[in-house]
Amino acid sequence: MAEPIIRFVGVQKAFGPKVIYEDCTLDVYPGETLTIIGGSGTGKSVLLKMLTGLLSTDGGSIQAFGQEVTKLNERGMGPIRRRFGFLFQSGALFDSLTVAQNIKYPLREHQWGTEREMDQRVEEVLEMVGLPGTELLKPAALSGGMRKRVGLARAIAMKPEVILYDEPTTGLDPINVRRINGLILSLQKRLNVTSIVVTHDMDSCFTVTDRIAMLYNRRIAFTGTADETEKSEIRYVREFIAGGRGTLDEDID
Amino acid sequence: MKGIRVFLQSLGAVARLTVATFFAFWRLPIEVRPLIAQFDNAGIKSWSITVLTAAFTGMVLALQFSTGLEPYGASMYTGKLAALGIVRELGPMLTALLVGGRVGSGFAAELGSMVVTEQVDAIRALGADPIKKLVAPRVFACVIMLPLLTMLANVIGIGGAMLITVREVGVTPSFFYSQILDTLWVSDLMHGLMKSVAFGYIIGIVGCYVGLNTTGGTEGVGHSTTQAVVVGAIGLLVSNFFLTKLFLALYG
Repeated sequence: MAEPIIRFVGVQKAFGPKVIYEDCTLDVYPGETLTIIGGSGTGKSVLLKMLTGLLSTDGGSIQAFGQEVTKLNERGMGPIRRRFGFLFQSGALFDSLTVAQNIKYPLREHQWGTEREMDQRVEEVLEMVGLPGTELLKPAALSGGMRKRVGLARAIAMKPEVILYDEPTTGLDPINVRRINGLILSLQKRLNVTSIVVTHDMDSCFTVTDRIAMLYNRRIAFTGTADETEKSEIRYVREFIAGGRGTLDEDID
Repeated sequence: MKGIRVFLQSLGAVARLTVATFFAFWRLPIEVRPLIAQFDNAGIKSWSITVLTAAFTGMVLALQFSTGLEPYGASMYTGKLAALGIVRELGPMLTALLVGGRVGSGFAAELGSMVVTEQVDAIRALGADPIKKLVAPRVFACVIMLPLLTMLANVIGIGGAMLITVREVGVTPSFFYSQILDTLWVSDLMHGLMKSVAFGYIIGIVGCYVGLNTTGGTEGVGHSTTQAVVVGAIGLLVSNFFLTKLFLALYG
């Protein structure tokens, strides 16, 4: 395989007395879709936020595109963040701005081009997520699923090399879950990017993924392809998959 | 002991935020539109409570002074006392407390909900600086608008005092007016206005700091809002004493 595009090595993180990561190591390769699974509250989102420098680490090393992220300050992170597209769990759209202004936000920050070129790009990405013609709506007028899709449009507006999905399907109805999963797959094909998906939704996980990493006991305890994961003999992996798919037939102690 | 440490740590964090805000504001490009929005939000929209507070404070002050001075046959000098009280103390202080309650809590609620819905993270992830985008225009707008509101409060407050003095004591408006001109010096005015600049800073920075440090979802936003008002008011009251002491030492 090629060189990893992103490396976590021995990462440690705690919030006060609560230890989230003890010795977390994970490689992400260019072009793949990696899904990170794990129970709620185990800090899956924290991993994405440390990677983009939104949260600091307590120890260890995180490299992205060959640069050490943990040693960069806010300004130094700028060029790296530009190469990431981040879909936040709630969409994190700016309430006071319209859909178009939301998508233009990163374009403006990075001086994408003229107003016309930006309008054109907004139209393009809205079309990609299947929401053409919603430019002038405010986020409050959108449903949960639409808000996530606009969030996704905003995340891909800058043509990122890596897209980070934080719980993309949580809180959505089954139709929207399938729609988002379909989008993740089609964007993967169309844009040829690397994707990291954090989720506890096993169905989505197996639909979209090349490789699965499981978070357990404050570290990445298992990585493998979707196939390997399904056939895994490790107890906590089996339990998580069975529980997540609703086919758990044994008691959990 | 722990309380003291937490207090000092927050004080340090506020100081760092202040420095960051100052530099973020002047970093190019200076963004005019959010600034104007905040002038409107923090300043223009506060004019009604300012006027209401000042008018009634001026009136009640005149009422108290005219009654208090009566036994000494000095109630015609009510205007002198009321004007000094308003311009040096009550104008800046009450305006700051009222506007602080309105604006500071608004900042904390707004920024707090942006934090818990990950919008502040989003700003950073999209390559912008939340301090420049959110904090700088708010703090700067407060620093500019509070002295202006204080001037408005001074005028209205003295107007209210005049109304009551003329009615209750029976002096003519022109006598009252000439008394004010005799009594008030530019230094009195400056004393109050310089305090209000500091007050504006305190309102803005406390509201933003508390908002940005919100944790714990919607409940946390409510907590932050309350905290911004309480901490802001305490900050205003305590700093008022020391600022007054300082300006009296400097200008007498």
